[in-house]
Amino acid sequence: MVATIPRVAQVWDWLDEVPDPEIPVISLRDLGVIRDVRWEGDILSITITPTYSGCPATSLITLDIHSALADRGVDKVRVMQQLSPAWTTDWLSDKGRARLERYGIAPPGQAGGPDRCPHCGSDKLERISQFGSTPCKAAWRCMGCLEPFDYFKCI
Amino acid sequence: MAQILNRDTALFHFLTRIGDSTLILGHRVSEWCGHSPMLEEDIALANTALDLIGHTRMWLGLAAEVEGKGRSADDLAFLRDSMDFTNLLLVEQPNGDFGQTMMRQLLFDAWHLPYLNALKSFPDPRVAGIAEKATKEVAYHVDRAADLVVRLGDGTHESHTRMQAALDELWPCVGEMFSTDEVDAMLAPDAPKPDRIRDAWDATILPTLARATLAVPATRFTRQGGKTGRHSEHLGHVLAQMQFLQRAYPGATW
Repeated sequence: MVATIPRVAQVWDWLDEVPDPEIPVISLRDLGVIRDVRWEGDILSITITPTYSGCPATSLITLDIHSALADRGVDKVRVMQQLSPAWTTDWLSDKGRARLERYGIAPPGQAGGPDRCPHCGSDKLERISQFGSTPCKAAWRCMGCLEPFDYFKCI
Repeated sequence: MAQILNRDTALFHFLTRIGDSTLILGHRVSEWCGHSPMLEEDIALANTALDLIGHTRMWLGLAAEVEGKGRSADDLAFLRDSMDFTNLLLVEQPNGDFGQTMMRQLLFDAWHLPYLNALKSFPDPRVAGIAEKATKEVAYHVDRAADLVVRLGDGTHESHTRMQAALDELWPCVGEMFSTDEVDAMLAPDAPKPDRIRDAWDATILPTLARATLAVPATRFTRQGGKTGRHSEHLGHVLAQMQFLQRAYPGATW
């Protein structure tokens, strides 16, 4: 049990250390799925929103939040789901975008496609499929280095 | 519908109609998993199925909440029989070949997207919230289905022939998407307007079929009944597979 109640800003920082279950190089905070953190009496209330309706990671995310906070001494946690406003890739943090690219996943681009190959930086790119290895990704190929890569698609 | 219709029971039926359609289509599309002509298409179909099952969980979850009898989305999906399912006849039709699956998908998606768009302004925020979420995913479904129907329709003689046959086979199931009954009337003026949905559907389908060099079937014959629980012989087979585990081992979890 913690001696003092952690501040909300502290909780946000902790959530920035909880990795996304599918793409562990970015945190839940980077992903933009955490919409609100607040104390309601002695209960820590966290509101999350799913990325994709059918994404199996959503229930894991709830579990991971509970266990990360329990590790830090906060046991009374309520995680609530909120659908609206619907999650958008605009909520990905700049840190998250940079980490995705370093990991080999092209971050969502303005034009609805990747700006450059995450491996070699070439802009000669070709879409293989609008759907990829997880609901949030599309499959692309670089015509420069000929490597296929995942693209985190805009929604 | 044995029970007397009021706004709450009408909303329950309205929600199960959408949820049953996304469930049965999601299950049908998932039947392709591991069988598609290419790896990328296999993944795309599995993702589409996943989106639809995700929508189902929200629609049937809300239906169960509105009903207020302690049932869950899983109870509605796994413990009802075919006469209680109110999905569109279109979505229970067999997959056929890959082309027929994509044709069924296009005919459905072109209805699904404007229908969800209309529901975004539904006064109950729970309904509008699900529609807002689902719309983003379904926009990708329409694009992909239209792209493949054009490529296969305007492809080889063989693929063109198969796509025309698929369109002819599925066309009688189209009209049901735009039919209304007392459930919609009870929810008026909030239920989507079938004329507007049809206009939006035409605006997607007609140019796409033209680009795919496919002819709009001349028949005006329309098959109906799905929305009131009168199904084709195919639904029972879908349910036998989908519900087997919960029927054989009630309450099984993992």
